[in-house]
Order: sequence, then C-alpha cells, then structure tokens
Amino acid sequence: MSHVGSPRPGVIGAGTGLPPATGLAPATPPRAEPGPFRAFWNRLTARRSAIVGLVIVVALILMAVFADWIAPYDPIATDWGAIRSSPDWAHPFGTDEVGHDVLSRIVFGARASLGAGLTSVALAVALGLPFGLIAGYAGGILDMLIMRLTDALLAIPFLILAIALAAFLGPSLTNAMVAIGLSATSTFVRLTRAQVQAVAAEEFIEAARAVGNPPWRIALRHILPNIVPAILVQATLTIAAAIIAEASLSFLGLGQQPPEPSWGSMLNVAKNFLEQAPWMAIWPGASIFLAVLAFNLLGDGLRDALDPRQRT
Amino acid sequence: MLRFLVQRLALAVPTLVIASMIIFTLQQLLPGDTATALSGEERDPEVIAFIRQKYHLDQPLPVRYALWAGGVLRGDLGESIRLQKPVLDLVVEKLPVTLELACLAMLVALVIGVPMGILSAVKRGTAADTLANGIALWGLSVPNFWLGILMILLFSVHLGWLPASGYVSPFESLSENLRSMAMPAFVLGNAIAAVMMRHTRAAMLGVLGSDYVRTARAKGVSPLRLVLRHALPNAAIPIITLGALEFGQLLSGAVLTEQVFSVPGFGKLMVDAVFNRDYATVQGVVICTATTYVLLNLAADLLAAFVNPKLRRA
Repeated sequence: MSHVGSPRPGVIGAGTGLPPATGLAPATPPRAEPGPFRAFWNRLTARRSAIVGLVIVVALILMAVFADWIAPYDPIATDWGAIRSSPDWAHPFGTDEVGHDVLSRIVFGARASLGAGLTSVALAVALGLPFGLIAGYAGGILDMLIMRLTDALLAIPFLILAIALAAFLGPSLTNAMVAIGLSATSTFVRLTRAQVQAVAAEEFIEAARAVGNPPWRIALRHILPNIVPAILVQATLTIAAAIIAEASLSFLGLGQQPPEPSWGSMLNVAKNFLEQAPWMAIWPGASIFLAVLAFNLLGDGLRDALDPRQRT
Repeated sequence: MLRFLVQRLALAVPTLVIASMIIFTLQQLLPGDTATALSGEERDPEVIAFIRQKYHLDQPLPVRYALWAGGVLRGDLGESIRLQKPVLDLVVEKLPVTLELACLAMLVALVIGVPMGILSAVKRGTAADTLANGIALWGLSVPNFWLGILMILLFSVHLGWLPASGYVSPFESLSENLRSMAMPAFVLGNAIAAVMMRHTRAAMLGVLGSDYVRTARAKGVSPLRLVLRHALPNAAIPIITLGALEFGQLLSGAVLTEQVFSVPGFGKLMVDAVFNRDYATVQGVVICTATTYVLLNLAADLLAAFVNPKLRRA
C-alpha cells in the first residue's frame, strides 16, 4: 500500500538522519541526546490523542483488574425486585431483564473484552512472529509454503473465519479468543516477513553475516530487535479489532456465555428490550466504543512515535 | 496483459485450494464422533448413517477432502441437515439480498468517504481536516451492531420513521425495499466510509504534492477544476483498488448488520446455521465468501493494471 503514502510536499528526504548540508560545523556543541526510551516517550506524549488513548487504556485495565472493588454489586446476582428498572441512585446504569446491575456488569465486562483483546493478539503474535521470521529470513520453499497458507487464511474475511472457528470449536469465551487469535495470525506473518526482508537487506546484517554469525543468531539478535516497533504498532491496532471481534462473537452468542458478563452479550440481550429498557443497550456499546477508540488512538500514536516512515 | 492475467490466476488458484482445505478441516475440530456431531440436535441413527455414507467418514481424511472438493467443483456444497435442502440452493437464494445490502453500503461509503477525504486533503491542517479525521476515527471505532441498535432506538422506537426489521423484496415494492434497507446500508457503510476517507485523503495528498499539479496551479487553473479534473483521476486508482479490498470487511460486517436488522441474507444464513449445528451450510457459506473475496481481489488487481500499465510488469 506504499503507493498511497507518497511523500508529502516539503518533507522529501526528511527523516534520513542526514544533517543539513551547510558544510559548517555547529557553533555550539549539541545538547545531550535523550536516551532511546526517553525520546520515544517524548514523541508519544507530544500527541494529545495518544495521551488520551493511553489514559483510557490504563483506566480500563485498572477497572478490569480491580473489578471486585469497583463494582457496586455482584455482576451475576439477580434481583427479582428490580427488573429493568431505569437508572437511579441505587443502579446508576439501571438493571437488566433479570435484575442484574448494569454498571457492575460493565465493570466486570472489561475483563472479557480486554482479556480477549490481549490474549488473542498475544496468540496471534506468538504464532505469526516465528513463521514470519522463518518465511522472511529462510526464503525458498518454506517461504512459499507459509505464504500460500497465509494468503489462503486472508482470503476468508476475519470475522467470518472467527465465526466458523467458534462454531466448530463450540461457543465459549476461551474458544472465541482462540478463534480471533488464529484469524489474526496471518496479518502478523505477513508483516513480520515484510519487515524481515527489509531489515535483512541492510548493510549491518551483511556485516554480521560476514563475521560468521550463524543464521539463527542473526535472525534473533540482529533482525528481531529491529522489527519489534512495527509489530508493537500492529499489535495495538489489532487489539482494537480483537475487542470488536470478541464483542461481535459474544453479540452473536458465540463468545462469553450468560450469565457471565461481556459487553457484546449484554447488547445481544438488550436488543430485545429496546422499547422498554434502552439503557441496557447504551452503556455496553459505549464501553466497546471507548475501548476500541482508546486502542486505535494509542496505536496511531505509537506508529508516529516508533515508525516515522509510516506517519500519516 | 495476458501474461499478467495468467500470473494472477496462477496465484489465485492455490489460494482457493488451500482455503478450501482449511475450511474442510474445520470439521475435525468438532468434539466426539464427526457423524454424530454433524447430525445436529436430533441424533437420529438414520441421519447419522446417511451422513457417514454421504461424507465418506470411514475413509481417510485426504480421500474425504478429494471427494468433497470434487463435489464443490460440481456445485455440490452438501446438504443442509436442518432445512433439508442443498446448501447451494440456500446460498443462491440468500446471496442477492446480501449483495444488494453490500452495494448500497458501498454507495453510502463512497458518497460519504470520498468527498470527506478530498476535503480533508485540500484543507489539510484546518478545522475541517481535524473534523473529518475525527469522524473517520469514530467510524472505525464504533461497533456496527451498536450503531444499528442506536439507529433503531432513534428512527424506529422514538421517531417511528423507519422499520426496525423486516425485509421487503425490491420486486414486491422498491420503495419499501429501500426503506427497509436504509438503516442496514448506512450502518454497514459507516465503517467503510471511514476507511475510504483515509485512503482518499492519503492518495489526494500524494497527488496534490506532485509537480504536474503545481504546474497546473501555476498556469492559473481554478482550485475546483484543479482538484476534480487534474488531481482526482490520478488519486482514484488506489481508491478503487483499496475499495475493492474492503469488500471482505463488508461481508464480515454484513453478518452482524443482518443479525441486528433481521435481514434474511447470507450472514443471517450463516449465523442461523451455526446455532442449528448445520455445519455443511456453515462450510458452504464460508467457501462461497472466500471465493467471492479472491475473485474480487483478482478483479481489483486487473482493474489497477488496466488503469496503470506500470503495474503490469509486477
């Protein structure tokens, strides 16, 4: 897709790391460069939207971890005296069709959403990275086999594949995570392979090979660290997609099973009571939206901070 | 051009063959005896025996795959256990509904996304650009089934303008058909509109920075003419090809949209099949989706090569 990201006017040649060709030595000694992590942090926090994303992500993670202390009620306790009661002081987000407190289910639902987002992407990276490394570095018949398999997986749209996998594995949150992780793997194989091929063409890799490093050492010590930024950016953006996918599967009834709370399954129930209890539909959807937005903002910010070549 | 066509076809065929192998192997994930699992809820011994014979379950896996794939090539996608109909008939029956939805959604995406992308590229760095980017971010982050529910709340429950569900065939009444498709098409098109906006913006920024546009501007071409006649035709190439790739997203999204609005299309067929443990139908739908997607990618590649001869050498 590089042909759409053509250089902007005025920045052609920028970012090559070359000093301006004035031919003059700087009059004052340059200030000490910040360390690589510090520099990355400064670039990341220079964008307000990235900070917003980071703050929301951290807040949601804290909410998921400390759900037991934050939620006012037990999320699966039914209260037959308060069925579909509209929001009030006792239940700020109202209650659902069996008297669950919606606020408490939102708080606990963060566990399913974030857990599924993080776990499935971890699975996708754990599978995609080694295969991408092998395909990109070893080349030849292995590369061809891996890439044909990846192409075939990419030919089945992400959610359709996840639904089919979840259907055959059986509906549960764990199976939904596996299904989403497997469906997202091909993206990481492709990305890793492309990155490896780009890095492997650099001179320092040739130098490492010339001094007699074995291939596995070159792949792990010299290539891998250079492709981590791109993987990290893609992983963050894929978490956003995975959260939507988990919510989608749960919405269809193929993810988290009731009465355990998940934002997607809450919406599944809510759509049957739109006229009587619209609040049941508002909050779970808003939570999904917020979580996905936060990871998208953070991912865009990370891309700008880590990989200046891909800046939009 | 012919060589390019042959090359691309040579890549598409193995992709489809391997995809079909993956889809076939899904059966192996079923817990317990495959024939019993495939027979669905009823566990009728007669049905189980029929399935065992129909899918050659006593044969080794590669033989079964070959027999199954041979059937698929002849148009035999298997038999729906639940509906007692050939899967192909079901697909042919439901596909037009989803295609109509997908085309309307693409229309929504183009009508919203492309002008927004042009505007934000031309007015780069201004409030209009920020607003357009904000709308795109919203489009990418909002789950479409929630957007559907919100629209039902507003336009059906609250205002009573549009039907919340129910599908009317265009051959019965075109106006009723469009009324019933308006919300699903908007919901489905929303996310694609965001992607189209980003593609259009990036493509336009690339073209607007090029020398020939600068020359045209220096010659005094009016800004509107500059954008529409000089820049847009060149920016359109990546927009077309990337737009075609978004079709997979459209098919995924249709599953959810059809579920929210009870549109009896391809996606609803798949979800219903999943819950009825109608695995042959699930497999049939997935293989048709993959085939459609691969053919669309092929068409997009060919279209791009047709428009831009430089790509033919790739």
